[in-house]
Amino acid sequence: MSQLLSVETLSKSYPTPGGRLHVLGGVSFSLAPGRMLALTGESGSGKSTLLHLVGGLDRPDSGSVRLAGTEIAALPERARARLRRERIGIVFQQFNLVPSLSVADNLSLQARLAGRHDPAWEAELAERLGLGETLARYPEQLSGGQQQRLAIGRALAARPALLLADEPTGNLDEHTAGAVMALTRALVTETGAALLMVTHSMALAATLDERLHLSGGQLSHRAAAA
Amino acid sequence: MRLLAALALVLAAPAALAQGYAGLGAEPQEGYAEVRPDREIRFPEDHGPHPEFRIEWWYVTANLEDAEGRAYGLQWTLFRSALRPASSTGGGGEGWASPQFWMAHAAVTSADQHLSAERFARGGIGQAGVAGVPFSAHLDDWRFESTTPAPDAPFAPLHLSARGEDFAYDLTLATDAPPVLQGEAGYSVKSDLGQASHYYSQPFFEAEGTLVIEGREREVRGRAWMDREWSTQPLAPGQSGWDWFALRFGDDTAVMLYRLRQDDGNHYLTGNWIGRDGRSESLGRNTVSMTPLERTDIDGRAVPTHWRIEIPSRDVTIETVPLNAQSWMDTSFEYWEGPIRFAGSHEGVGYLEMTGY
Amino acid sequence: MSRPASPAGVLRWTLATLLSHWWRSPIQLAALVVGLSVATALWSGVQALNAEARASYDRAAEAFGSRLPRLEPVGASRFDQSAYVALRRAGWPVTPVLEGTVSPDHAAPDPAPLRLIGIDPLTMPAGAGLVLDAPDAAEDDGENGDGFAEFILPPHRTYAAAETMRALGLGEGAVPRLADGPALPPLSLRPRLSPGLLVVDVGAAQTVLQAPDALSYLLIAPGGTAGLAAPKDVTDIPLRRSQPEGAGDLDRLTESFHMNLTAFGLLAFLVGLFIVNAAIGLAFEQRRTMFRTLRATGVSAGMLAGALGLEMVVLALGAGLLGLVGGYGVAAALLPDVAASLRGLYGADVPGSLGLRPGWWAAGLAMSVAGAMLAAGQSLWRAYTMPLLAAAGPQAWAEAQRRWLRRQGLVALGVALVALALPLTGLSGLMAGFGQLAGLLLAAALLLPVLLAGLLGAAERLAAPGLGRWFWADSRQQLPGLSLALMALLLALGVNIGVGTMVGSFRATFTHWLDDRLAAEVYFRAADTAEARRMTDWLEARDEVAAVLPNWRAEARLEGWPVDVYGFTDDPLYRTRWPLLAELPQVWDRIAAGEAALVSEQLAYRLDLAPGERIALPGAEGRLEAVVGGIYADYGNPKGQMRVDLALLLQHWPDVEQRAFGVRLDGAPAAPLVADMRETFGLGEDRLRDNETLKALSLRIFERTFVVTGALNTLTLGVAGIALLTSLVTLSGLRLPSLAPVWALGVTRRSLGLMELGKMLALALFTGLIAIPLGLGIAWMLVAVINVEAFGWRLPLTLFPLDWARLLALAVLTAGLAAALPLWRLARMAPARLVAVFASAR
Repeated sequence: MSQLLSVETLSKSYPTPGGRLHVLGGVSFSLAPGRMLALTGESGSGKSTLLHLVGGLDRPDSGSVRLAGTEIAALPERARARLRRERIGIVFQQFNLVPSLSVADNLSLQARLAGRHDPAWEAELAERLGLGETLARYPEQLSGGQQQRLAIGRALAARPALLLADEPTGNLDEHTAGAVMALTRALVTETGAALLMVTHSMALAATLDERLHLSGGQLSHRAAAA
Repeated sequence: MRLLAALALVLAAPAALAQGYAGLGAEPQEGYAEVRPDREIRFPEDHGPHPEFRIEWWYVTANLEDAEGRAYGLQWTLFRSALRPASSTGGGGEGWASPQFWMAHAAVTSADQHLSAERFARGGIGQAGVAGVPFSAHLDDWRFESTTPAPDAPFAPLHLSARGEDFAYDLTLATDAPPVLQGEAGYSVKSDLGQASHYYSQPFFEAEGTLVIEGREREVRGRAWMDREWSTQPLAPGQSGWDWFALRFGDDTAVMLYRLRQDDGNHYLTGNWIGRDGRSESLGRNTVSMTPLERTDIDGRAVPTHWRIEIPSRDVTIETVPLNAQSWMDTSFEYWEGPIRFAGSHEGVGYLEMTGY
Repeated sequence: MSRPASPAGVLRWTLATLLSHWWRSPIQLAALVVGLSVATALWSGVQALNAEARASYDRAAEAFGSRLPRLEPVGASRFDQSAYVALRRAGWPVTPVLEGTVSPDHAAPDPAPLRLIGIDPLTMPAGAGLVLDAPDAAEDDGENGDGFAEFILPPHRTYAAAETMRALGLGEGAVPRLADGPALPPLSLRPRLSPGLLVVDVGAAQTVLQAPDALSYLLIAPGGTAGLAAPKDVTDIPLRRSQPEGAGDLDRLTESFHMNLTAFGLLAFLVGLFIVNAAIGLAFEQRRTMFRTLRATGVSAGMLAGALGLEMVVLALGAGLLGLVGGYGVAAALLPDVAASLRGLYGADVPGSLGLRPGWWAAGLAMSVAGAMLAAGQSLWRAYTMPLLAAAGPQAWAEAQRRWLRRQGLVALGVALVALALPLTGLSGLMAGFGQLAGLLLAAALLLPVLLAGLLGAAERLAAPGLGRWFWADSRQQLPGLSLALMALLLALGVNIGVGTMVGSFRATFTHWLDDRLAAEVYFRAADTAEARRMTDWLEARDEVAAVLPNWRAEARLEGWPVDVYGFTDDPLYRTRWPLLAELPQVWDRIAAGEAALVSEQLAYRLDLAPGERIALPGAEGRLEAVVGGIYADYGNPKGQMRVDLALLLQHWPDVEQRAFGVRLDGAPAAPLVADMRETFGLGEDRLRDNETLKALSLRIFERTFVVTGALNTLTLGVAGIALLTSLVTLSGLRLPSLAPVWALGVTRRSLGLMELGKMLALALFTGLIAIPLGLGIAWMLVAVINVEAFGWRLPLTLFPLDWARLLALAVLTAGLAAALPLWRLARMAPARLVAVFASAR
C-alpha cells in the first residue's frame, strides 16, 4: 500500500542560551491514507515539533517529509502555505479560532482559502459536530468543547488528505474529550483522510490504528493496533 | 494681456468665416460714411485719413535688389480701424477715448527668410496718426512721410522706415508718375452686392535705401508700389478672403488683380490695367482667370503660392513663382504677403497678398 | 469542485478575516481612523494654507509690471503723458501706467482702499503680467459687451477678481461708487487678478483719479532699448530708469513664515501618528492568534504581510479622505488670519478664500498612506517574520515593551546628542534649527517613559504597603501601554509652553520697543515734494511743533537682499529714545558727521556685521560707505534696514522721494495738530497718523500673526487628548486581569474607578511637570535659534509661570476627560465580567 506520508531521518534542533537543543534526532515513520496514528511522549519530547515539521509550519535541519510524494521540506514558503491550505488540516491545542469571525465563518475559513467552499458539506459538518445552533455566534460565546469541535470542523471543511491534531482534547474534560475523539475518528474515516495526532494520553492513543512514542527525540516504540 | 486674442475678439469675432477676413465683411454699423461711386478722389487731401469710414490702410510693398543681385521684398502697412463711428462717442472721442485703433505691419523677405513685426496704438494721444498735407503717417517710430515737410511740398519723395526685432529698413521713394485710380475712377467694387472701397495706387515708385537683416546692413534699390484704400464694408457676407496681385510689366505698365473668394465658389475677379501716365482701365467682372498651380504647406494650411494668370483681352498668360513660399505674416491677423516673379507672355516682378487661408 | 483557490481568492479571504477584527473592535478602528484623519487634517490644512499663499505670491510675482524695468518721474509721483508719446515715437517699447488708490463708498462690505491701475492693453507687453483672461472665453466674444473695445472705450470696464468684487459687495456689470470722485466703470470678472486690484483703461483711470493726461510710470517691454535715444534727449520731463524689486522676494521673505507653519503641521501629524501607531500595535497584538491560524491554514507570510499592508492602505485612504475634509475646514478657518498676517508682515496679498487643488488632495492622501505605513511598519515586519509557533501572548508583548523602555533611555540620549551635534555636521540655518528642535522633542518623548517609570518607582517605595503601593505599582505596570499617548501629551504640552513663552516674550519686547521706536508723535507722507515743503513750512510755524523730522527712504540691494536705506536728521529724539542693541562710542555724533550708519539687527545678522565694521552698498550715484555705528532691533520687518544721516542719503540718492516725515511735539497733545493737518492739507488716514494709531495697528498685525500658531497649538493639544482617550479605551479591556484580583479582595468598583482616575491624573501631572523644562527648552530654541535664523532677530526670554499652571491644569483635565469613558464603563461593568477573568485565566 502506498504511503500518504513518509518521514525519513528527520532532525531538528533549536539554538538556546545554553547551546543547541536537539529536539528530534533522525525520526522515520510513514502513514497510509485512511490510517490514524497517535504520537505520544513526555512534555518536551519533540511531539509538537514533529507535528509542525510534518505540517510544513517549520523546516527540519535534515531528513525528509513527503506528502503524497511531494517533498515538503524542500518547498518554498509560498508553496508550503498552498500545500497546507489545500492538503492539510491542523487542529491546535489552543483551538486558534479567529475571535472576530462568526462560528460559520470560522468553519468555512480554510475551505474558502483553499477555494473549496462547499456549503452542503460545511452544513453537514456543523450538524454532526453539534454546532448547528451556534453558527451565528462568535467563538468567545462557545464552551470549550464547542470551540474544539469548531476547530476540528474548520480543519476538515477543506477535505484535507492529512489531518494534524496537537492535543486536541487537552483542554477538555474526560467525557467531552471522549465524545470529540469519537466524532473525529468517524469523520476522518468517512473523508478518507489520514490522521496524525499528538497526545500525552495513552488511553486516547490506544483508540487509534497506530502509535508512536517519542522520547528524547527518538522514536522509541512502535506498536500496531490490536 | 493676450493681445492677440483680444484683438481677434474685436476685429475677427468667432464667426470670422461667415463675416469675412478680419471682420471686414461684418455688417456695417450705423454712423459710418458710405462708399459712393460719385465721390471724387482729390489730391493731396485724400492721402490723409478718412476717420468717418470704418477702415483704411496705407500699404507699401517693394521689390528690391542688393549690390550682389539678391532679391528682397519689403512691406510697410498702416491700418486704421474705427471701433465705433466717430460721431457716436458724443462729446468724447478725444485723447485715450478716441475710437480710432491703429495697427502697423512691417516685413522683409529674402529667398530664405521672412521677418515680420507688428505694432499697435490708440488714436487720440499722438502715438499714431496720419496727416494729408504735408503727408505724414506714423505709428511709434515707424514712418512714411514726405521728405520735405512743407504745406506746399509735393507728396513724393517720401521717407519709409520701420524696424522689428531682427530687421530694419530705411528707404526713400521717389516718382514722377501721378497716382492711378483703381476700379472705376477710384470706386472699387468688391462684390455683386455692391460692397466697395475707395482705392487708388502709386505703382511707379523708385526705391533706394538700406536694409538691415539680423545686424547686416545692405544697400538696396528697386521699385515700390503704394496702395491706399478706405471703406466701411469692403467685403460682402460670404466672402472669406482674397488673392491680390500687384504686377509690373516693364517700366510703364502695371496690373492690379484680385480675386475675392466666395463661400459659394462664385468668386469675384477683377483688376485694372495701369499705365505710367495715370491711365487706368478696369478689366471688368470676370475677364481674368487665376488658377492655383501649387500649394505650400504653412503650419497645416495649404496656401496657393504658385499661380497661372490669364487676361485674354490683353493676351496675358503668365505663371507666378514666390521669392519665398513661406512669406507668412505671423501677426495677430495672419496672411501671406511676399514678393513674386513671373514669366510667360510677360516677365517681371510684383507682390502677392493672400488672406483668409 | 476542488479547483485550487487563486492568489486573489486567498488574498480576498485573508483580507476579509483581517478586517473582521475591526468590525468586532469598533473603538480600536475609531482610534485608528481618528488618529490618522486628525493627523492628515492638520498636516493637509497647513499645506493648503501654504499652497494658497504660495499661489498668490506667484500671482503677485507675475503681477502687473513686477518684473519689468520702469521709467519713473523724478521728484514727482506723476508726469504728463506727452513724455510717453515722445518716447514711443523715438522707438521706446514702453507702456503707460497710471496708479492710484481708491476708496469704495460706505455701502461696500469692506471699505479698505483698493489699488487702481490704468493700463493701455495695446502697448502692454506679454511679460507685463496682467492675466486678463475672462472667466469663460466662450462668452467673451465682444458681442455681449465684455470685449476689448468695451475696455478701452467709454464707459469702459473695471476688471477685478471675485474677491475684490465681494469686498465691494457688487456683481458683474455693477458700477462701483467711490468715497469721492467719479464712479468706476462697470465691473467685469477677471478671476486671475490679484485680490484688491482694480484694472481699468489708462484713460478711464485718468478720469477716476481726476488726473487728466497724467501717468505714474512707464513699463519697459523686454527686448532691449540699445541704440535708442536717451529719455532726456527725447522729452524734457525728467524720468529715471528703475529696476523692479526682485519678483522672488516675496517667496524668500515669507519662506520662514511658511516653514514655521509646515513645522507645526508636521508636529501635529507626528503626534497623530503616535495614536495610529498605538492603535495598530494593539490591533497587532490582539490579532496574533488570528495571524497564526491564518498561517496554519495555508496563508503564506508574504500573503499575510501583503494583506495587512493592503488593509492599512484601505484604512489610510478612508481616514485620509476624512482628514482632507477636516484639513480643508482647518485651512478655511485659519486662512483669514494667515492672509491678514501675510499682508501685515510682508504686504503679500493672499485671498481670503481657499482654492481646491488636485495636487493637494493627492499629496494629502499620499501623506496619510505614508504615515499609516510608517506607523504600521513595525507591525507589518513583525507579522512577516513572526515565528508561526512561538507561544507569545500579550504578556510577552508587554515584556518586550518593558525591555524596549529600558533601551529607550539610551536611544533618547543618542538622539539628543545627534541633535546637539547637528550644527557640527555643516547643516546650518533654519533647517538645522528645526532639526535640533525635532531632536529635542524626540529625545524628550523617548525619555518620558523612563522618567515616569523612575518617578512612579520612587513613589511606590515611599508609599505605605497595601493599596497605596499597589496604586503606584499598577500605574507603573500601565506605563508601557500608555507611554505613546503620554509622549503625545508631553510633546503637545511642551510645544505649547515653548510657543507660548516665545510669543509672550515677543509681545512684551515688541510693545516696549514700539513705544521707543514710535517716539515722534505724528507721522505723515506728502503727495509730492512741493506739498512736503508746504507742509513742513506750515508745521515749523506752529508753536507746539518742536521738530519736523525727515524720514526718507531709498531702496537698495545688498548681497541680493532688499535693503531700505533711511535718511534722518540729528535730533534729541533719537539720541534719547532710539533703542540700540549694540553701539560704538559717540555713535550719534559719528552718524551726524556722515561717517557711521545704523543697521537693523536682521541685516547685521544676515551679513554678519558688528559695530566698527565697514559697510558699502551701491547707491544711485556712487557707493555709500560707512562704519557700522550701531545695531537696532527692527522686529517684524522682513527687509534689511539701514539708517544714515540725511545728507549722506541725498548724496547717493539725490532723487529720493522727499515726502515722509515725523513730527516731534513739545508735549502738546497730537490730536488737535492731526485734525488741523487733515483740515488744511486734506490728508487721509493712509497718509497721516499719530503714533498711538500706528502702535495699535502694529500690535493688531502682530497679534494676528500668532493666531494661527495659537490655533495649531490648541489643535495639537486636542490630538494628544484624543491619543490618550483612544489608548485608554483600547487598553481598558486589557486592564481587567489587573483589576479583577483587587476587586476580588474587596475593593468596590467605584473605588477602583477612582483609583484608576487617580493613576491617570498622576501620570498626566507628572507628564505636565516634565513638559515645563521641555517647553522652556523649546522656547529657548525658538527664540535663540529658529527666530534668529528665520527672521534675524533675537528676543529676551520672559517666563510666564501662570501659563504653565494653566497648562498643567489643562493636561490633568485632558487626562481626566480621556479616562472618563473607560472608567464609566468599569464602574458599570457587570461583576460577571470581572469573575470571568478568573474563569478564563489559564
